[in-house]
Amino acid sequence: MNVEAKLSPGRPALLDVTCIREDFPILRQKIRGKPLVFLDSAASAQKPRAVIEAMREAMETQYANVHRGLHWMSERTTDAYEGAREAVAALINANDTHEVVFTRNVTESLNLMAHSYGRGILKPGQAVLVSGMEHHSNIVPWQLLRDERGIELRVVPVTDAGELDMGAFEALLADGKVGLVSMTHMSNVLGTYTPAERIVRMAHAYGAKVLFDGAQAVVHRRIDVQALDCDFYAFTGHKLYGPTGIGVLWGRRELLDAMPPFLGGGEMISSVTFERSTWAEVPHKFEAGTPPILEGIGLNSAIDYVQQIGYDAIAAHETALVDHALARLGAIEGVHILGQAQDRGGVVSFALDRAHAHDVATLLDRQGIAVRAGNHCAEPLMHRFGLDSTTRASFAIYTTHDEIDFLADSLVRVREFFK
Amino acid sequence: MSDSFDDLRDLYHEVILDHGRRPRHARRLESFDATAKGDNPMCGDRIEVWVKLGADGAIADTGFQARGCAISVASADLMAETVIGRSKADTHALFEAFREMARTGKCPQCDGALADPLERLEPLAGVHEYPSRVKCATLAWHALIAALEGGKEASSE
Repeated sequence: MNVEAKLSPGRPALLDVTCIREDFPILRQKIRGKPLVFLDSAASAQKPRAVIEAMREAMETQYANVHRGLHWMSERTTDAYEGAREAVAALINANDTHEVVFTRNVTESLNLMAHSYGRGILKPGQAVLVSGMEHHSNIVPWQLLRDERGIELRVVPVTDAGELDMGAFEALLADGKVGLVSMTHMSNVLGTYTPAERIVRMAHAYGAKVLFDGAQAVVHRRIDVQALDCDFYAFTGHKLYGPTGIGVLWGRRELLDAMPPFLGGGEMISSVTFERSTWAEVPHKFEAGTPPILEGIGLNSAIDYVQQIGYDAIAAHETALVDHALARLGAIEGVHILGQAQDRGGVVSFALDRAHAHDVATLLDRQGIAVRAGNHCAEPLMHRFGLDSTTRASFAIYTTHDEIDFLADSLVRVREFFK
Repeated sequence: MSDSFDDLRDLYHEVILDHGRRPRHARRLESFDATAKGDNPMCGDRIEVWVKLGADGAIADTGFQARGCAISVASADLMAETVIGRSKADTHALFEAFREMARTGKCPQCDGALADPLERLEPLAGVHEYPSRVKCATLAWHALIAALEGGKEASSE
């Protein structure tokens, strides 16, 4: 990829989207004879050719199981797979590659935390603190933990603007019982960034560790876990232009060392007898079974792709897209946009007065526009705003202003249709 | 653009838009013999159905309250319209035939004894081309059947 070619001359930090789009073969697809307008990247992003090729090439030229073969193929594959760990460590500025645990997705990362940290480190009577804008995957594992272990689940309310109520946050920490704050870094519905640095400072002041669900945030903004000073950070490959089936849990070495394993099996042990087994060092202690090898290779390539474009350019592009979308959609009669957070990323959810979100999505689909409709796996947040469902448009590096204009024009027609 | 939305008339038939906008049977019954809730967890559609039975055991009246898309509301309303006065056995048969129609677009029963009500439900047949929307059309029916069978909850999952 020629990076220079993708940055507009004279306008640093703005992407040449036309060039970027050429890297994504799927964007040439037609949907019912119409160009694909893919505004559902927050659910899963499309893949650049570099990722597709990296995985294909691995399968065609150097593939075997990792960490166990004493042969050339296994050694090469192990190097490639472990290269992904180094790429992740560099992406989020981890201090140590051992702190990077591979999982299947953010859901598994959060379940690992609920299991190993929740059951292994937290004690009954302590509490886990989440927010009112969490994805179900950052709610349900803690409910299971609560019901099994008597570890309280507390919820920080969301303001009318769609931001975290920081006064309530501090009040909920005040009794010192919160052992872990597990919170989204960017809402998949509202697009709101939570104030990560403040969250960490306040939580640490009250003795709580902090885990961020960065599924959305890592796509849009440079993450530096050392600068954030958080304790754990989770994200997934498939939203970051990489393959499905590989997620990440980063954690501080000493915390990961102290946690018991999650799944048991091969790869995660040091030795096994029928009397007892001992565990491998981190990260392998948390990686039972054959890992997502090809997915790791794909993720490495995706991270490389994103790093070459650079987060400054990505963030500037997406800020411009969101501003444009808020202006265009906000000007349509009958469109109600959820959340007015000051700090927000490339996601806009809205309700239309005359039509249910599913009807909106079906009509937009007829135009070749892919959006998500429903509760976005965030039912409590929907109810907070008195809704059952919304339509969500989400943006990526390949999204254009023209596509947002087309969405806005189409929404006007949808509203006409349901007159 | 209007051309492509016109294609959608096979899904959003005028009858559906009309019943979706102004359902005639969207009301809770004051007195009823059976009730059930329906829930489609995938899309968040919810419905509650009430049934009043006559002395002969047939459906004397039915009403519903729904939160969902135009298709689910219209389907609930057309269902109410077609099952009032009908025996439980007939209602079951109608459900089976309608479900087949919604899933496949085919209606082998349409020439039989249920020809009239099925013709009334026919505007919903277009959902078969939209697999993700079939459940919107069948949710109310699942709730009604659950109510008739003495259940409390139904899911179109």
